[in-house]
Amino acid sequence: MKEIVVISGKGGTGKTSLTASFAVLAGGETVVADCDVDAADMHLLLEPDFSSREEFFSGEVAVIDPDICTNCGICRQVCRFDAISVSERSHIVAPLSCEGCGYCARVCPVQAISNNSEQVGELYVSSIKTDTKMVHAALKIGADNSGKLVARVKNEAKSVAEELGKAMVLVDGSPGIGCPVVSSLSGASFVVLVTEPTVSGLHDLKRVYQLVKKFKIPAGCVVNKADLNPQILQEIETLLQDEQIHYLAKIPYNEEFTAAMTNGKTVVEWDQNLRQTVSETWQQVLKILESETKE
Amino acid sequence: MKIAIASGKGGTGKTTLSTNLAVYLSESARVALGDLDVEEPNSGLYVQGEEIERHDKFKYVPRWNPAQCDLCGTCQLVCNFNAVLKLGQQIMVFPELCHGCYACSELCPTGSLPMIPQKMGELTVFRRGPLDFVESQLNIGEEQAVPLIKQTLKQMNGSFGDREYLIYDSPPGTSCPVIEVTKEADLVILVTEPTPFGLHDLKLAVETMRELGVEFGVVINRHGLGDDRVERYCAEQSIDIITTIPNHRKIAELYSRGELLYPSIPEVKNALEKIRLYILERRKESRS
Amino acid sequence: MKIAFTTKGKDWDAEMDPRFGRTEYLFIYDEQSGEETSLDNREVQSEAHGAGPKTAQKLAEAGAQVLITGNGPGGNAASVIQAAGITVYIGASSMSVKEAYQAYTSGKLSKQ
Repeated sequence: MKEIVVISGKGGTGKTSLTASFAVLAGGETVVADCDVDAADMHLLLEPDFSSREEFFSGEVAVIDPDICTNCGICRQVCRFDAISVSERSHIVAPLSCEGCGYCARVCPVQAISNNSEQVGELYVSSIKTDTKMVHAALKIGADNSGKLVARVKNEAKSVAEELGKAMVLVDGSPGIGCPVVSSLSGASFVVLVTEPTVSGLHDLKRVYQLVKKFKIPAGCVVNKADLNPQILQEIETLLQDEQIHYLAKIPYNEEFTAAMTNGKTVVEWDQNLRQTVSETWQQVLKILESETKE
Repeated sequence: MKIAIASGKGGTGKTTLSTNLAVYLSESARVALGDLDVEEPNSGLYVQGEEIERHDKFKYVPRWNPAQCDLCGTCQLVCNFNAVLKLGQQIMVFPELCHGCYACSELCPTGSLPMIPQKMGELTVFRRGPLDFVESQLNIGEEQAVPLIKQTLKQMNGSFGDREYLIYDSPPGTSCPVIEVTKEADLVILVTEPTPFGLHDLKLAVETMRELGVEFGVVINRHGLGDDRVERYCAEQSIDIITTIPNHRKIAELYSRGELLYPSIPEVKNALEKIRLYILERRKESRS
Repeated sequence: MKIAFTTKGKDWDAEMDPRFGRTEYLFIYDEQSGEETSLDNREVQSEAHGAGPKTAQKLAEAGAQVLITGNGPGGNAASVIQAAGITVYIGASSMSVKEAYQAYTSGKLSKQ
């Protein structure tokens, strides 16, 4: 099973537009996974039917029973996350601050504290317009453990692909360098980095690539809005060369990206020129993938 | 007054607005700006200043000291994160999995798991005239952003609590890291763009703010691009649109070079002034 | 020699699970006594974090000396396995436990 993960470090580079375009080009060959669970947008372009949904539970959150609590304050003393405060009647837990470590419940002398598993989101397996399945999710507001949900989405996508006999999973990855993106990257066969020639685009590309390197995953890069800044474009190209990252494509600044999105289409369904560029990019990804696996 | 600049979707112009607003406000007031997007901090690329101080930030994780340990296994029993395991005659600790709750360390009957500091990132303080600027950066490979965000907020409130404006450049999204920053704010400015992705992620951000019960208003960036669905949504929901920033290729180019926008783009300066007036009005309301 | 397999079922005909930490079952075969045991690992499968080390610990407690799996355990789990002195053979995916055992005895699997 091949797993292609598209990430960007920085937001707004066109990552999701590009991933959705790849999904259209790959059609029935691939199962699609939206691991950008914090800002899951791919469903806006791929018309999922949300046919199967499942509740997703996180780790635990402490709950204090006010009828048992004696207001002794031991729980508050041991909590390192400032999640417990005092009210008139009893101590109370702020669920958004609670890490679910369970320490308070262990030291409560009257067993007033229990740990409840909390529903933090929903997981969907949908049929989409490209004649295949997409696994996606919606995270509840302020929920922790988005890394866990990302892992869940990915694993589900892999088993769906196995069931349907598809050889590939295409993943829209999470932003940043923390837990969610680590979960997105784990197990990937190839990473597509999407960036733009801006000081922040370059900065974030460098940081996220350090992470990719730790995982020893082969990578390629698409530079979007490539004509915004020739000097930084050159810096990016040097970086790609030095790090032996495949230079997949440069796409000029093009407002058709937004026009396509506004019409609920991917760029390859919307604009002939972009279709050509993005198709060539995708073909290149497939070619690299094949040669990397042969080695 | 604490103002957090946030957005559901990344790349909508959070950092652009934070840096331009902070510098603009510092023309007439004492301001401190904090970049709390510790996974990918970028404000420093746009606000160059003189470095005042830089220090390492630590998290505390247990380390096994076998001398007194009687291998009772309490540590592994109390760890909810599988970060401590007893294996035969030894205790293994996995620092990346540790949330720093201290349970294993403090509940260990023989004191065999002392907590020791481990570097998770760096905090730097810069000064640019009347503007103080704090940036924290998480080490690559660290998975938890929230502890560093907490420490940075604490430092900002400690060192710069007396400033007229504290501007927080928040991380993107709607999960823990964002909550950590926005729950402290007196006003949250949600930056969005007039596209379906922008609208979808704005809705999530609005729900988050409502859940937290914080005051918020919207700034539409790249106005003129896309369509008017964001404006219609804000009208339906009675959400203030504080101002709009036009879509200009020139803005994108200045941004790409790391330059501030308002000194050369009058529309941006106007937008910042509108935000300043909005903030003042909100402050008056909250006092009365 | 006690040999452990990561599997999706409880017997020799079960399919191998290529994952280590989140494998559904561990099937253990004792070559000396011929004894077969199967450990349900689905509880660990749903752990948010640290599934790898936890599974590795289970394996160590069961006294396994050899592990046969697909992708191979990741960093944390690998250090537990190393500490427990278990030898790991990888590359046993898309086959049944029986086939994986044959591949192992005929030296077709690579040592991690």
